Amino acid sequence: MQDFIDGFFSLEILREASPILIQGLLQTLLLSAMVVPIGIAGGIILGIASTIRNPWLRLPIAAWVDLFRALPPLVLLVFVYAGLPFAGLEVNAWQAVAIGFFLNTGAYYGEIIRAGIESVPAGQAEAARALGLSRYHTMRLVVLPQAIRNVLPDLVSNTLEVVKLTSIASVVALPELLFQARQAQSVTYNATPIMAAAVAYFILLWPLVRVLSRLENKQMAGKR
Amino acid sequence: MTNLDRFLDNFFNARIAAQWAPKILDGMGVTVLLAIAVIVAGLAAGLGLAVLRAMGVRVLNWAIIFIVDLFRALPPLVVIVLIFFGLPAIDIQLDGFWAAWLALSLILAAFAEEVFWAGITSVPKGQWEASRSLGLGFLVTFFLVVLPQAIRMVVPPLVNRTIAITKGTALASVVAVPEILGAAQSAVSHSFNATPLTMAAAAYLALFIPVVLAGRWIETRFAWKR
Repeated sequence: MQDFIDGFFSLEILREASPILIQGLLQTLLLSAMVVPIGIAGGIILGIASTIRNPWLRLPIAAWVDLFRALPPLVLLVFVYAGLPFAGLEVNAWQAVAIGFFLNTGAYYGEIIRAGIESVPAGQAEAARALGLSRYHTMRLVVLPQAIRNVLPDLVSNTLEVVKLTSIASVVALPELLFQARQAQSVTYNATPIMAAAVAYFILLWPLVRVLSRLENKQMAGKR
Repeated sequence: MTNLDRFLDNFFNARIAAQWAPKILDGMGVTVLLAIAVIVAGLAAGLGLAVLRAMGVRVLNWAIIFIVDLFRALPPLVVIVLIFFGLPAIDIQLDGFWAAWLALSLILAAFAEEVFWAGITSVPKGQWEASRSLGLGFLVTFFLVVLPQAIRMVVPPLVNRTIAITKGTALASVVAVPEILGAAQSAVSHSFNATPLTMAAAAYLALFIPVVLAGRWIETRFAWKR
């Protein structure tokens, strides 16, 4: 038991490691604040594009979305970070993460937003057009707000996944929370820093998990 | 050498591809094995937890809810790293494969429990009451009346979640498991060429594109008509 406490909950090591862990936590927050909007922006573009009826546009977009949903995010990130230099493009860790997340999370958000747009009855868009709204205004003011409300649980769920996914940036040495925790662990030979990182992730994301769990139960009950 | 030649030489180099193909194929075997082990253990444990929760013991339910929330909130890579680098501190040494298996199974179990539970609670109470008043026991009611109705509700979200977590097998490369990505990374550092990464991407696409398409099909197949 004492071994367990010393190995995972050593206060002394926590005190030593806390400055770099806090730095890591700030980087994780910054990273999330960067990749979530990138993903949503990509998703809105892909989502709208995949509802276009012209098959010459729709099929390549569906292929794009499936391609980047099939590749594990870490594979994509390593490909961008370790692969692009071979094509003469040097990317730093932040740029690699931005590109990888744009491709991967954009595809996921795109699929969710497409489902949302398709859930809005066609009469809504027809009525808006008949009232003289432009295509752009119909999409922005009539269809998208209803679409987003319909798929809100999925959007929240995906955002939770994206924030968790920022931990893979540690693999390309971006100094976020997990990276710093592993640095501290390898210096101290003690698992306390990683435990502390896990606790930090849990405190950060637990409220979101609770909200989501409620939303999902409501949605499942509503389907019946 | 033109730019295109250099690009082809670096990403689609036939000599390097032939040299490292066996390693990547071995990696595919490891990925498939890990994925199957995770899916079986994770779904079974998730269903088990949902059944326990349906029995309605309050303290037990709080414990289940906490464990489920915990593994939904923690990033998979953090759990893998914690198990792999942490457990040796209490003299338990799991190798990378089993550390990744344990972490991903726990996470899939948490998500599966949540989905199964949502499905179970969506079955109207009257189904339970009617079945129990006909003299069926708790377990018979659960497995023959409630669960079949619940499963239909939960197939699409469960399939999507299972696919997403199965892709997490690539994270095992971080703890030195020679699955596809791990094999490719060591090949890149030996050959100074990006071709093994192209092969790894192709290998994942070969494994997962059919799965993603099947997931799409299942989603429409099981969709409730509005």
